[in-house]
Amino acid sequence: MHWWFPSNASSVGGQVDSLFYVILYITGAVFVLVEAALLIFLVRYRRREGRKAEYIEGSTKAEIIWTAIPAVILVSLALFSQPLWSKIKDADRFPPNAARIGVEAKQFEWHFTYPGPDGKLGTDDDFMNIDSLHLVLNRDYVIELTSRDVVHDFFIPAFRIKQDAVPGMKILVWIRPTVAGTYELACAELCGLGHYRMRAVVYVETQQDFDAWLKSEGIAASSPTDSTAQAGKGAS
Amino acid sequence: MTATAHPGAAAHQDDRSFIRKYVFSTDHKVIGIQFLFLSLFFLLVGGLLAMGIRWQLGFPGQPMPLGGWLPQSVAPGGVVAPKTYNSLVTMHGTFMIFFAVMPLLVGVFANYLIPLKIGAPDMAFPRLNMWSFWLMIPSGALMLTSLFVLGGSSAAGWTVYAPLSSTPDYSGVHLGQQLWCVSIVIFGLSSLLGSVNYITTVVNLRAPGMRWFRLPLSVWALFITAVLAILAVPILAGAVIMLLFDQTIGTHFFQPDASGQPLVWQHLFWFFGHPEVYILILPAMGIVSDIIANGARKPIFGYTSMVYAMIGIAFLGFIVWGHHMFQSGMNPTLASSFMVSTIVIAVPSAIKVFNWLGTLWRGSIHFTTPMLNACAFVAMFIIGGLSGIFMASTPVDMYIHGTYFIVAHIHYVLFGGSLFAVFAGIYFWYPKMFGRQMSERWGKVHFVLTFVFYNLTFFPMHILGIGGEMRRIYDPTVYDFLRPLQPINVFITINAFLLGLSQLVFAVNFLGSLFKGEKAERNPWHDTGLEWTTPSPPPHGNFAETPHVYHGPYEYSVPGMAEDYLPVDTPPAPAGAAAGRHA
Repeated sequence: MHWWFPSNASSVGGQVDSLFYVILYITGAVFVLVEAALLIFLVRYRRREGRKAEYIEGSTKAEIIWTAIPAVILVSLALFSQPLWSKIKDADRFPPNAARIGVEAKQFEWHFTYPGPDGKLGTDDDFMNIDSLHLVLNRDYVIELTSRDVVHDFFIPAFRIKQDAVPGMKILVWIRPTVAGTYELACAELCGLGHYRMRAVVYVETQQDFDAWLKSEGIAASSPTDSTAQAGKGAS
Repeated sequence: MTATAHPGAAAHQDDRSFIRKYVFSTDHKVIGIQFLFLSLFFLLVGGLLAMGIRWQLGFPGQPMPLGGWLPQSVAPGGVVAPKTYNSLVTMHGTFMIFFAVMPLLVGVFANYLIPLKIGAPDMAFPRLNMWSFWLMIPSGALMLTSLFVLGGSSAAGWTVYAPLSSTPDYSGVHLGQQLWCVSIVIFGLSSLLGSVNYITTVVNLRAPGMRWFRLPLSVWALFITAVLAILAVPILAGAVIMLLFDQTIGTHFFQPDASGQPLVWQHLFWFFGHPEVYILILPAMGIVSDIIANGARKPIFGYTSMVYAMIGIAFLGFIVWGHHMFQSGMNPTLASSFMVSTIVIAVPSAIKVFNWLGTLWRGSIHFTTPMLNACAFVAMFIIGGLSGIFMASTPVDMYIHGTYFIVAHIHYVLFGGSLFAVFAGIYFWYPKMFGRQMSERWGKVHFVLTFVFYNLTFFPMHILGIGGEMRRIYDPTVYDFLRPLQPINVFITINAFLLGLSQLVFAVNFLGSLFKGEKAERNPWHDTGLEWTTPSPPPHGNFAETPHVYHGPYEYSVPGMAEDYLPVDTPPAPAGAAAGRHA
């Protein structure tokens, strides 16, 4: 039975998981201590004959302690989280040599646009396919995420990456797959009737396999291609 | 501080007609009870919708029991259709938040308790108060109607994100979404009228001697909640009117094709939505504080820090809305600042938990049904609070946002928190409201069943979320990576049904005790509050004479006294005669 995280397959997933575990251990310890204190008090101070409750109105010292300790722990958590967050989401810090892929979400499909041999998106040699995303292992990608209709969400659980696709905005998402395999891309924002089946498959493969895929689709990897051979060509 | 009750006002013959007394009543107690019946009805509606959701998630694509009764367009062959599922999810959230939990906490307890607890004969604006209830009727009726119109009810989630909600072509919902908007605007008006009333009443109608720092924490909480509502609800109403215009008269506030901005909807919605979360928990905290002090027979630990913690939560509550939008495409640097404010708001919540523990410490705990529910509130709020920290951390949120982890979190706060407090409050003040006691034995049976099945239903949702299961998906088995999690969904569904069935015990106890319950005395829980100095139920006008307050709200087990509680209106004994403390 696999009842935990899907195994990680991206460069940032390990750090996201580590942060999750740090929070899990801290909150887990707090959970056990506080719930145990609650239970012990409920049992120990239950009503018994001959014992009266003690008249205690509070303690300034206790208030200071239980304000300061959570505050320190929580603020350090924020400080721990911040650098990882900027690294993952701040477009200014993305690797400059990353390959670009256009991802357009529409009800209820994912459209992927790859740059042709010129390596640039938005030129005539771009090619497109629907509902399957092919990525080369250990390569940096910056995804240009857009939506044609409503708000969708680009979620690859194995990469620990999630980003809304918003109509009218182009949002950049950096990913670097580090484990070859087949993964699932899900829409994680309610987008209408077919939201639950807005699914795509992500193939992370070696350069050779990637080239073989291109070839099978009728696209030569290194030379300009014949436009009639491409079924889905021409997406902007 | 002025009390307008004429001495003896309550004693005179009550010659109001039946309609003035029980239907279009301006008596805050009747209005509170009207809110109670109305919101319990909507709790039932919301709960039944949840059963539909759970059936589909546990047994996707199989005919639902009694599903054959539904029209073919909604459930072909008894199987919930995908669009019906989206409507179920949307309307479950809508009914629970706007029509069940919020009126249960605010409509019921603010109305019923504020005047009684501060020693006032009624609200400052009784007629406005009556309107606040009677506006809920068209609002609720429109929302219920939307379930039956052509095209179905709103199916864009209770957060109705634009442009899915604003463009009928995208959602397939036309009239249903418009009715949703109109209903929410009327709801907002009702909420505003109530809030104006609560604030004015607390500021102006406190009995002599009822200083601000002698107010029970329940009154503080309801007062602060009213301030939050008056600032946040108009934003929602404005945004919803804009949404309605986008749908009907061709404006483009949230439509990107004419330079509108979908994110503007999210900002407006959550600017309301996050204070709303505190509107749904602060009154629960107040109610629980009163009941825990009573049950432990001790003063509340750190009364002033409890008050300041609530004020702190209220202020911070207005600058954390962006944490719902970390993954929305908002500038990531802005997200970082929202992370800091969100993390900081956990501190006053922690302070409150520690103070409740401090109150139990060295107490003499009476396990009455209200007390059991109040302790469950604390235990569950700890879980809900801690799970919130995962979401506050932006990188972790990136993974768990929009998954069942968040569904678990909100239900630990809103059911484990707010609803357990509502149950505690109903069991506690029922004798005052109706003059009869609910059965303690059946109350405890209801508590144990609810506590067990509640945890078995909602705790496993954390695991689903960690497994990556998205919320609001009609059929999780579409995804390979979610299929191994399906046994958990079956387990949750079975427990959800048992949780739903357990509420029958409450329903029977609640309704049966109206007629068969043991007659209640004035002060069955030996509480210090002013409401317990009146007969059960209190007459129109509440107090025969304007009470005078001499003590703080939680004078339990005062040393040197024979009784273990000191009602707030007990005049202090002559100096030296008693060791009682007059806070």
